[in-house]
Amino acid sequence: MPVIALAILLIPIFYLQPRAMSYFGLNLLLNLAIPLAFATLAQMLIIMVNDIDLSIGTFVSLVACISVRILPISTFLGFGALLMCIILYGLMGALIHIRSLPSIVVTLGMSYVWLGFSILLLPRPGGKVPDWLLATANFRTPFIPLPIIIATVIGLIVYFGLMRSAYGAVLRGIGGNAKAVARAGWSILKAKIITYLLAGLFGVLSGILLSGITTSADANIAGRYTLLSIAGVILGGGDFVGGRISPIGAVLGAITMTLAGSFLSFVKISTDWQIGAQGIILIIVLSGRLVTAQKAI
Amino acid sequence: MKKFLAQIRNQTWALSFVGALLLWIIIIFIRVKGASATLTMTLNFSVFYIIVGIGQMLVITLGPGNIDLSIPSAMILGGVVAMKVMNEVASNIPVAMLYTFLTGVAIGLFNYCIILLLRIPPIIVTLSSNLIIQSIAISYGRGLRIYPPDSFTEFTVMRILGIPIIAIVTIFFSIVVAILLSRTVYGRSIIAIGQNSKAARLVGIKVHRIKLITYTISATLAAIAGALLAGFSGGTSLDLGSEYLLAPIAVVVLGGTSIAGGKSNVPGIWGASMFLYLLVAMINTLGIGEGLRLAIIGIIIVGVISFSSSEKSR
Repeated sequence: MPVIALAILLIPIFYLQPRAMSYFGLNLLLNLAIPLAFATLAQMLIIMVNDIDLSIGTFVSLVACISVRILPISTFLGFGALLMCIILYGLMGALIHIRSLPSIVVTLGMSYVWLGFSILLLPRPGGKVPDWLLATANFRTPFIPLPIIIATVIGLIVYFGLMRSAYGAVLRGIGGNAKAVARAGWSILKAKIITYLLAGLFGVLSGILLSGITTSADANIAGRYTLLSIAGVILGGGDFVGGRISPIGAVLGAITMTLAGSFLSFVKISTDWQIGAQGIILIIVLSGRLVTAQKAI
Repeated sequence: MKKFLAQIRNQTWALSFVGALLLWIIIIFIRVKGASATLTMTLNFSVFYIIVGIGQMLVITLGPGNIDLSIPSAMILGGVVAMKVMNEVASNIPVAMLYTFLTGVAIGLFNYCIILLLRIPPIIVTLSSNLIIQSIAISYGRGLRIYPPDSFTEFTVMRILGIPIIAIVTIFFSIVVAILLSRTVYGRSIIAIGQNSKAARLVGIKVHRIKLITYTISATLAAIAGALLAGFSGGTSLDLGSEYLLAPIAVVVLGGTSIAGGKSNVPGIWGASMFLYLLVAMINTLGIGEGLRLAIIGIIIVGVISFSSSEKSR
C-alpha cells in the first residue's frame, strides 16, 4: 500500500518537473523526508504501545533550536541538553504508565512545554548550525543520493530491532496485550520507558538533521510533524491499537507525506489553502488505505 | 473534616473547584482588583471554555478514540461567519446566529461522515478538518477586520447582579446537558456506547446516529462559542488554535470525565474551566514572557492531571 501511494505521487511530480528524476532532483526532493522519517519512526514507537504522541512536532522543533543555539557554542553543553531531552521523553513515558494517564493529554500538555522552551531559546527565527553538522547534512554520496541510503538503512535497523528481535516482540506485545506481557515476567514500566527513550532519540536525530538541512531554525519549524508523523505511520500500514506496526512502511509513509507537500508547491495553490490542502491530502491518502484494506480481506 | 477531605479527593471535579478557589484567592491578593470583579471576569472568560468543553466532553464520553480536535477552527469559522453576516448591523444578529449554527452543524456532519464513510480514526479526521476549516475561514474572512455590532458586544458582557448573562445562560444549558445525559435515551446511549460500543449496538442503540449527533453538537457549540467570543473580544481572531486545542481537552479531563469514555461530569467542566482561566490569568499578571508562560501552563496542566488521576485510580 505505501508503495502504491508513493508511486501515485511520484508519477505526477516527475511529469510536472522532469528534472526531479536526476540525482540532484531526488536529493532535493527527498532531503526533507529524512527528518520526517525519523519523527515518524518516533511516533510509530509510541503508537506501538497504544499511546499517541501529540508533542513530537514541537519536540523536534526544540531539538532544532538547541542545535542552532547551544551546539555551536559548546558541543558538550549541546549534547548534554539533547541528552536531557531524551531523558525527559523517557520520564514522560514513565509518568504516563505509572499514573495510567491518557497519552493524548500528557503529550498535548508537554507540547506547550517544548514550544515554550523553544521560544525561550530562539525568540526569533534564525541561528546557525555548527560546521560539522552542515557538512554531514550536505554530504554527497556517489551514485545513490544520501537520503535514499539513510532511509533504507534506518528502516532496516528498526525493522530488525523491532520485528526480528526477542525484546522487540515484547515491546510490540505491550500494544497487543500488556497484561499477558506482564504475566510472562516482563516489566511493562521498563519497556515503556525504553520505548519513550527510543522515541526521544529518534526525535533528537530528526531535529538535528532538520536543522542541518535548513541551516537555521525557528520555534515552530517542525510543528506540522505531529500530524504528518501520525499520517505516515497509519499510511505505512500501522494501526492505532494492537501493537501492529511496520517500520519500513512508516519510512515510506513519511517520504510519501513529504512528496505530497512538494507536490502542493509544484501545483502552486494560493497561500490561503496551503494549510487546508494538507488536511485534504491526508484524508485522501488515508482513504486510499481503506480501498486496499478491503481488497486484502 | 477528614471524611470531607477524603470525599473531595475521590471527586476529581470537586478538586478542580478547590483549585479554582485557591487561585481566585491568590489573584485577589496579587492584583488590586476586588474579589467580585475577579469572579465576574472569571465567569465571563471561562464561559467559552465551558461551552466548547461540554461539546468535547460529549464526544470523549463516546469512548476510546473519540475526540474532536477541530474545535479551534470551528470557533474561528463560527466567529468569521457571524461577523460577516452581522456586517456591523444589529438587526442582522438573529440571521447571523442562525448561519453560525448551520456552519457548526455542517462542520459536525462533515467530520462524522468522513469518519464513518472512510473509516479514518476521529483524531486524524478532526485534526485534518481543523486545517481545512482554518483555510476556509482564512479565505472567507479575508479583508478588513469586521467589528461586531455594539449591541452584540453588549450582550456578551451584560451582567445581572455581577453575573454575566452568558454565564447564566450557560448554567441553564449545563443543567440541560446534565439532565440529557442522565435522563434521556440519547444521553444514556452516549454513555452506553462509551462503556461498550458492541454491547450498545446489540441492544439496538443506533450507534452511528448517536455519534453523528454528538459530533454535530460539539462542532455547533464551538461555532456558537466562536461567535460569542468574537463579539466579546471585539472582532474575530484567526489565532485561536494554540489556546483552544488543549483547553477543551484539559477541562474535560481535569473535570473528572474519563478519557476512556463512558463517564461524564458536567459540574467538573465548570470547576476546571474556571481553574484554567484563573491559571492563565495569574501567569499573565506575573508579566512573564511568552516562552516561559507556555512552558509553565504545560507543566501545571500535566502536573495537575497526574495528581488528580492518581487519586482517582486508588
